[in-house]
Amino acid sequence: MADLAQSQVTTGHDGGTRRDFLILTAGALAGVGAVVSVWPFVDSLNPARDTLALSTTEVDLAPVQVGQRLTVAWRGKPIFIDHRPPEEIKAAQEVDVASLRDPQPDSARVKKPEWLVMIGVCTHLGCIPLGNKTGDDRGPYGGWFCPCHGSIYDTSGRIRQGPAPLNLIVPPYDFTSDTAIKIG
Amino acid sequence: MAVPPASIPASGFSRLIRWIDYRLPFVALLEHDLVEYPTPKNLTYWWNFGSLAGIFLVIMIVTGVVLAMHYTPHADLAFDSVERIMRDVNYGWLLRYIHMNGASMFFLIVYIHLFRGLYYGSYKYPRELLWILGVVILLLMIATAFMGYVLPWGQMSYWAATVITNLFSAIPLVGNKIVTLLWGGFTVGNPTLNRFFSLHYLLPFVIVAVVGLHLVALHQHGSNNPLGIDMRGPQDSIPFHPYHTIKDSFGLCVALLVFAFFVFYAPNFAASADNYIPANPMVTPNHIVPEWYLLPYYAILRSITFDFLGIPSKLLGVLLSLGSLVILFFVPWLDTSRVRSARFRPVYRWVAWILPIDVIALGYVGSQPPAGFVVTLGQIATFYYYLHFLILMPLIGKLERPRPLPISIGTAVLEASGGLGAAGPAERH
Repeated sequence: MADLAQSQVTTGHDGGTRRDFLILTAGALAGVGAVVSVWPFVDSLNPARDTLALSTTEVDLAPVQVGQRLTVAWRGKPIFIDHRPPEEIKAAQEVDVASLRDPQPDSARVKKPEWLVMIGVCTHLGCIPLGNKTGDDRGPYGGWFCPCHGSIYDTSGRIRQGPAPLNLIVPPYDFTSDTAIKIG
Repeated sequence: MAVPPASIPASGFSRLIRWIDYRLPFVALLEHDLVEYPTPKNLTYWWNFGSLAGIFLVIMIVTGVVLAMHYTPHADLAFDSVERIMRDVNYGWLLRYIHMNGASMFFLIVYIHLFRGLYYGSYKYPRELLWILGVVILLLMIATAFMGYVLPWGQMSYWAATVITNLFSAIPLVGNKIVTLLWGGFTVGNPTLNRFFSLHYLLPFVIVAVVGLHLVALHQHGSNNPLGIDMRGPQDSIPFHPYHTIKDSFGLCVALLVFAFFVFYAPNFAASADNYIPANPMVTPNHIVPEWYLLPYYAILRSITFDFLGIPSKLLGVLLSLGSLVILFFVPWLDTSRVRSARFRPVYRWVAWILPIDVIALGYVGSQPPAGFVVTLGQIATFYYYLHFLILMPLIGKLERPRPLPISIGTAVLEASGGLGAAGPAERH
């Protein structure tokens, strides 16, 4: 303390500058420290390790008939699996890609044309579209229809009408055999 | 400061009060802000809703704290724990119905309070910060109510949480990361429920703190009044006690009668039947609607079905929906008229009434499935809402010729009561 008081006295007229410098650097450092120390609190809200671990689902496709639509759960979300009949595939392939809101050819959305695999979550605000159960309203394109805000998807799960900005998302998946897939 | 108030008689008790007040001026504060506090002579029943809102905040906190002792914030157990409160916990049904319907009453009261402020220009100089703190309280209430609605973990809880958190996905670039952060997973799930419970318990106390600031700001310049002119002296005011303690008590009795009707005879009037179905992440209910007090914002969100100026419809809907609240912060500066009360503004007094009609129309739109005429009505009502605040408010203030203001509150009250002076009722004009 005595040394500090001494140094302030001896620095004379530029003591102010020295103090300004200390206040600014100490303040900046404390600011950075405060921001950094907030991060663990924020990041703790992100998915925990056990949540991340539940990341793959295997599905046996053998019992799924042509024209049948199946819903399975992956990471708590519904996955729509559509065993598409030839006319649905044809309808999906014949669309003029340039006319779409989220332009994507059907071939970029499937690994095998008869199997369409998508996350069944509307890209607008996250509702589950109708169309995967028999008797559901499939909308005018024969695909899926979201009842919340009226988004309409075609037989390739592409957005055709309504507020959703993007096509239904295709999850990462692989065929582990001719009739089985592993999602995630 | 340290001198005890004159109204307390000298006795052993008063010496105790004096001892405490010298160290912590609590009684002096009550005396100053609840007893002597001068209020304009001409306040109408419109001025009851502030204290009424405060009382409902207390009702919500008291019932909420007790409900939390019986509730389990876990995705597998929450729904059943709420049913247990309804069926097995002693008076659990009463506590829950008070809490559920109390939220509706709280919003109804606050919306009337807000409209009162808009009509009588209570946001104008020098009460701008008072108004802004009120808007902050409203935003906190909305956040609290939304998170509370999620806790029973029914179908509406789950899908309301999904739709509302997905609003953040409209933010460019980082939207989806933020949504994952809010969820603590890949969907709304147990981590989401836990954090919503934590925040639902926290935020009401934050509201209490902001209400405290709201009151400090109020008592700095006192209440506005139906004439919108300042109090100039003792002839314009009456003390809070006994005049407003008794008037507020009467208003409270009326409000509690209305409240009791809903709690005991129509407890699920504002509730959705779908929320008595346990949350199912695989099935969305056919028709999702928020609670009635959030319908107008929901209607604005859904009304934007088109891209505009390169902004995608989804983002624009979110921005305009949020903007309908944010715009309230700027009202003190959007209203260019110097006259506070709409009573002396021949044009604005009509326009001020069109706004609540517009908001009710938005509420209707929000409650209906989005198709056909409803969408058009929603777009017109959204357009008018913004027109009101951004065009009509500034323009009418400039163009309109206000009627002459009374000289003082005291003289106006005397004139209204036929010159009989203090014998006339203070509420008449």
